[in-house]
Formats: sequence, C-alpha cells, structure tokens
Amino acid sequence: MSRPSDHYDSAPPSITQPELGVIGYVRFFWRQLTSMRTALLLLLLLALAAIPGSLVPQRSSDPNGVVQYFDANPALAPLLDSLQLFDVYASVWFSAIYLLLFISLIGCVIPRTTHHLRALRSRPPRTPARLERLEGFTVREPDTSALGAAAGSDTAASAIDSARDLLASRHYRVELYEVGGAHSVSAERGYLRETGNLVFHTALLGVLVSIGLGGSFAYNGQKVMIEGAPFVHVLGSYDSFNPGRFFDESHLEPFVMTLERFEVDYEEFNLNAYGVPTDFRAAVTARDQEGNESGAVIRVNHPFEFGGTRVYLLGNGYAPTITVRDGEGNIAFNRAVPFLPQDSNLTSLGIIKAPDALPEQLGMIGFFYPTAGVLASGAYTSIHADLLDPLLTLRVYTGDLGLDDGIPISVYTLDTDELTEVVGGDSGVETIELRPGETAQLPNGLGSVTFETMTPGAGANNWAGSVKRFASFDLHHNPAELGALVFAVLALLGLLCSLFVPRRRVWVKAKASPGGGIRLEYAGLARGEDPGLVEAVADIADTHGGKVEE
Amino acid sequence: MTEQLASAALVAIYSAMAVYSIALVFFAIDIAKRSSLKASPVQSELLGQADGFRGSIAVAKRAAPVAQAKASRFERTGFALTILAWLLHLAGAVLRGLANGYVPWSNMFEFSLVVSLALTTVFLGIQFWQKLGYLGVYATGASLIVLGVGTVNFYVDVTPLAVPLQSVWIIIHVGVAILATAFFAIGAGLSILQLLKARYEANPDASRLGFLRTIPSSVSLESLAYRMVVVGFVLWTFTLIAGAIWAERAWGRFWGWDTKEVWTFIIWVIYAGYIHARATRGWRGAPSAWLSIVGIAAVVFNYTIVNLFFKGLHAYSGL
Repeated sequence: MSRPSDHYDSAPPSITQPELGVIGYVRFFWRQLTSMRTALLLLLLLALAAIPGSLVPQRSSDPNGVVQYFDANPALAPLLDSLQLFDVYASVWFSAIYLLLFISLIGCVIPRTTHHLRALRSRPPRTPARLERLEGFTVREPDTSALGAAAGSDTAASAIDSARDLLASRHYRVELYEVGGAHSVSAERGYLRETGNLVFHTALLGVLVSIGLGGSFAYNGQKVMIEGAPFVHVLGSYDSFNPGRFFDESHLEPFVMTLERFEVDYEEFNLNAYGVPTDFRAAVTARDQEGNESGAVIRVNHPFEFGGTRVYLLGNGYAPTITVRDGEGNIAFNRAVPFLPQDSNLTSLGIIKAPDALPEQLGMIGFFYPTAGVLASGAYTSIHADLLDPLLTLRVYTGDLGLDDGIPISVYTLDTDELTEVVGGDSGVETIELRPGETAQLPNGLGSVTFETMTPGAGANNWAGSVKRFASFDLHHNPAELGALVFAVLALLGLLCSLFVPRRRVWVKAKASPGGGIRLEYAGLARGEDPGLVEAVADIADTHGGKVEE
Repeated sequence: MTEQLASAALVAIYSAMAVYSIALVFFAIDIAKRSSLKASPVQSELLGQADGFRGSIAVAKRAAPVAQAKASRFERTGFALTILAWLLHLAGAVLRGLANGYVPWSNMFEFSLVVSLALTTVFLGIQFWQKLGYLGVYATGASLIVLGVGTVNFYVDVTPLAVPLQSVWIIIHVGVAILATAFFAIGAGLSILQLLKARYEANPDASRLGFLRTIPSSVSLESLAYRMVVVGFVLWTFTLIAGAIWAERAWGRFWGWDTKEVWTFIIWVIYAGYIHARATRGWRGAPSAWLSIVGIAAVVFNYTIVNLFFKGLHAYSGL
C-alpha cells in the first residue's frame, strides 16, 4: 500500500536492523518524519501550540488587547513577547510545527500517490489459496442437479463467470484466475477511497499555499467616512493600512467613494431589547478613474465590491459639525468631527483642535449624547443611540497644542498636561452645553463655539438628521480567497470519499465437489476501515448462489 | 405573542427535563439489572471471537442482536420516555424559534437547547441501526445536563437577532456545528464505554461493573465510536469552511485566529489526530479512545470557557 511503515495495515516491522551508513541515517530520519506516529505527534503538538494564542491577545486579531496587556503586566509582557506569544500563529515554533507536519504529509502523500497510480492500472491480485482465513468466509453448495449431469469443471467456470458479471455490475474491478483446477474471480473496489485520501491531504497543502501566497499580495485598511465627505482611494487617505509582504502602492486602484447616508433601525416594540439596533445601512456611491459610477447599500454581512476591493461596514457613530470662531472673529475651525462611541448608546468622545485660533490656540474635549439622560450622580449619559434629545458638552483648553513640532499626534487624543483649562472641570466656568444649532461664547474673549445643525428650520424637538453620522469601513483585497475556497471544498470532497467509500477485495472460488455438484466459496478483505464488509460478502453470496441455482 | 410563545417553550423545556430524568433512572436500573445477568454462552463465544479479530466490525454486527434480545422492560421504558422527552424538547425548540422569528440558536441558552436536542436525536436515530440501550444513561444524562445548565444558567429573553448574525450562514454554520457536536458527544460516550470494556476484557474477574459483560466487545465499541466521530469530523470540517466563508462576508477576512476560530481549529486537529491514531500501530484501542474524550472535552471548553471568559469576535452568548 506504500503506506507509512507503522500504518496498522502495513506489514509488521522486521526485527533485523541493517547497519546504517549516512544514507541509511537520512533514510531512517525521513522514515521517522513520514511515519504515522510522527504525523500524529505533530498534529497533537499543533493543537497544543494553538492554545496560547487564545489565552494571550494577539497582534493580528486584537492589537489594542496587546497594548493593554503590556500596560497591565509590564513585567510579564516583554517575557511573553520574547517567546512570540503575542504573535503565536506567525511564531517560529508554531510555524516549525506546521511546516514539519506538511513536510511529513508530502513525504507520505508522494509515495502513496505513485503507488496508487500503479494500483489503478493493475489487476486485482491472485486469489489466495485459503479463503477460509479471510473475513466473511461463506460456503454455498448450490443445487445444480437441474443443470443435468454436465456438472464439474464447466459448471464451476460458468458459476465464476456469473460471479464476475455480478461483481462487475457492482463496480468491482474483476480478474479471473484458475489455479489447481479451482476457478475463481478476484475483485476489488473502492479505489476512490485512496484517491479521496490523497486529494484531501494535497488540498490541505493547497489551502496553506493559497493563504501564504495570496496573503502576501493582500492588503486591508480602515477608513472613517463622514456623511457627504468623499474618500479618495489612495494610500495616504486611509486611517490605517496593513499591506501584505509583496504589496505595492500601484496595486491600489484609485477611486472616489462617498458615504451618502447612514441609517440605523432601532427595536421599538420588544421591551427586552428596546433601542437595540436591528439594521445598519450605509448608502455609498463610488466612481473610478474612467468615470464608471456605482452605488450600493453596505450592510453588515453585505460588503460592497468596487475597484478590486471589498468594502465592509465596521462601526458607526456621530460626527457633530462644530464651528469655532476665535477672539478676533475669524473662523478657526469648521468641520464635522467623528466622536468615538464609548458605549452601546453612543455616548461619544471627541476632540477639537483649533491651532489657528488667535490670540491663543484652542483645544476642546467634547462629549456627545444622542439622547441625553442624567445619572444619579448628576453626570450625563446617553440612554438611546438615536437622535432623540442630542446634547454636546465641551471643556475648553488654551495653550500650545503641540501640533507645530512636527511630531504626529492622534486626532483622537488631546494631551491636556501643558494646557490651561478655561471652561469646565476646575476652571470655575461651567462646562458648555449645546443643542444642535446653538452657539456659546467662550470666556475671556476667546471667541465662540457653534454646534451646527444639519436640519435648520426643523420643528422643535425634531432632531432627526440634525447631526451627521459617520461609518467606519474596512477595505480588503485578498487574492487568496478563491484558491483557498476551491482547495477547502476539494479537501471536504476528498475527506468524504476517504472516510465513506469502502475499499475492499472480494473473492469467489468454485470447486467441483466430489458429489458431482460445485462448492462455492466467498470471502473478503478490508483495506482500511470497512464495517460493512461481512454484510457485503454475505449479500454477494446470497445473490450469486441464487443465480447459480437458476 | 412573543412572550406567550417563549414561556410555552420554557414549559416544554422543563417538562422535557423532568421526563429525561425519569428515563435516565430507568436506563440506570437496566444497567444495574444487567450486572446480575449471567453471560449467555452465545455471548462468551462472540467475545472470544472478538479478541482474535483485527478491528473488524463483523463482531458488532453479530453481537448487536444479542443486546437487542436482552432489551429489558426497563430499557424499553427508558427508550419510550426518551422519545417522549425528545418530543417535548423538540416542541420547546420549535416554540422558541417561533418566539424569536429566527433559528433558535443565536445565544448560549438556545445553543444548549438545540445541541442537547441534536444529541438525543442522534442517539434515538442510531437505534434504528444499532441497539445502544447501554448508552442510554450517558445520552439522557448528557442531554439533561446540557439542557439544564443552559436553561438555568444561560437563559435570556427573546431579543431581535443581533445585526452581525443576520445572515443565512447562521443556519448553515451553526446548525452543522450543532450536529457535529452531537455526533462527537455520542462518539465520546462510546469511547468511554470502550475504555471500560477494554479494562474488563483484560481482567474480567476484577471488574465490579457487571453490566460490561453484556455490552459489545471493546473492538466493536471502538468501531462504533469511530463511525460517530468520523461523521462528526466531516460535519466539523464543513462548519469550519462555512465559518470561514461567513467570516469573509461579515468581517472581510476568512481566517483571523479569533479565539473561537482557534478553538474550532484545535478541535478539528484533535479529531484529525484521533482518525490518524486509529490508523497507527500502537495507537488503536485505548490511546485513540482517549483522544476522542479529549476532543469532546475541547468542544465543551470551547462552548463554555471560551464563550464566557475569552475575548473575541464571537461574542454572542447573550449574557
């Protein structure tokens, strides 16, 4: 079978050990690596090695978790990091295990394939001399008296002919033998079992290669888009971007995409889930360089494909539009600012930086509550994610915002250590509270701040649409997908064949019995797991025995 | 309407739990009674044959009628009650699904509800093919525990289907995972019996578990367990692929080593190991049976500990 030597179906190992030269040792180690026992050990090691990646946050799937882990365990984290425990699935030791496993797999599959190709072309083997030692051994002595006196060898031969036809009709490959006056047919079926096995293992290799190769050309990036603001698809406009190893900027197809509208449905009837979002819809339009336009509604589970990339809806929030006028009356800031959601009701935190404000730079930390409610402590919180009672609160700081030093600083943070608090907190001035459309003056002639409404002229208390929404998108390109899918499906089909197609040999032997009739012997041999063998042999004996009597 | 359907579902579920408990008692009495039975000559002969055989199921095929013939009044009652419990259980799941307006496996409670239902369904289903009365204690016990823990500890009210779960893949990916789990669970039960039986066969006089005499040989049990696990493995492979396709639709990548993905992979590898072990000299028999048990332990771990305590994208426990 050319299976590994320790496959339970292979012959038991011989006891004599030849002397090993260099080649002998190489062969020995290769044998060891491709043995069933090694493959099994590597499989179990692989399962064990995968566990730590679920216990410790991984850079690949949870980068923020890694940062938090470092903060929480400053002593332990570097040690774990040196063991690559934050990158388990790209680590040397994990890779070593699966690469060894795949080498072992290749070393097993290649000889089996050549052997199987030979088996596919060869005849079923000679009928064993003693069928009674095999499984499902059955003897039938059909009543052939009806056939007249011409029994003996002719009857035996014709009985074997009918057995051959029967087995062939059951998709056995058949071969007639005549040894020592006994006619027999040797039959084998289920070659698909081994084919499936080989296809399964080869396809696993295919999945691995697809992922490895495809992943090198893949990229993904994240972008926050505010309603109405176009996103130009070039590397520089991404908020974050993760290229594969062989990614080149020229791979990005330039296009312009705009989030036209972002809508959310909320549960209104089920009191157990009141206010829970039940649908998110991001209506987008996109236009490529040739001027081809396309529009779609992106929903969770329904990405949008454009220009070789797929666009996925990831998250959403509010982007209040804020205008800051400085002490000299100039507009120092006028923009929609994405506020980062802090809870499921979209209590959101946002930062406003107006470095051009005069006489002093202005920085603000804002909280936005789409539906403001008051906690027992007196603090605000949002009690619904929709715009039912929107409120913006602002603390204002003056001083050097640190934007002129050339060091990149996140737009989502404001370092207040060096700044002077002029509104809110301990400044003695009450925190600014604004509804959409309202303006507040800053103290000390610093200027004013306006919370712009998108629906001027709407009736009182109708806040729907008064504040812009933003949606965050993931843009992906991965050429590995199709290959991986094809190989995965092949693996599944191969697996089905290799586990459920029985591979078996069946023999039927006819001898002229001394009494003038014939004696028919049936037996089978399982090759691999074959729970139905005995039944199959019995069924053949019944069917064939009956035919001979006719 | 939702409220009424949900509470009707609970009534059915608690009734099913009560009937499972009684069925369990009857199966247990049957097992106890088997201990006092003398092994029939036919059985001894079959056992002797089994020892000499090299992994053939022939023995199970022929031994099965023996177990069937022995089906006691208690075992039959156990089965009748299990069928009744299954009907109540099924009604509970259907009512919950109607209350939801979508498949009843979107949170941990519902998953327990349906996985235990699948377990009983597989257990009852295979009786048409092999009489496994001796597995009744395990099957009803496991269903009862899973259903009970799920209902008492993980119950959540009906809520709209979470947006990320609004996909046809929840039916395919999770549904098949549930079925795979049921086959793995039955396989593990047979593996446990296989280990007990192998110990009994090694030294029949030392065993205090008399009922072991009346169940098929360890070789036959191993073959049965193998067939259950193999079906589970194919289904699990499918779940893994379907999950990857869904992950691509929902998250934009088909594989990202999310904690749940990691554990699905670990379980797949353990069972791949089991199947290899069955084909490796020196690993057939008890060592491979242990792998089957480790496999189901990993499934349970994945469902409980990973769901409740590990951070990841599959955060749908509802708790």
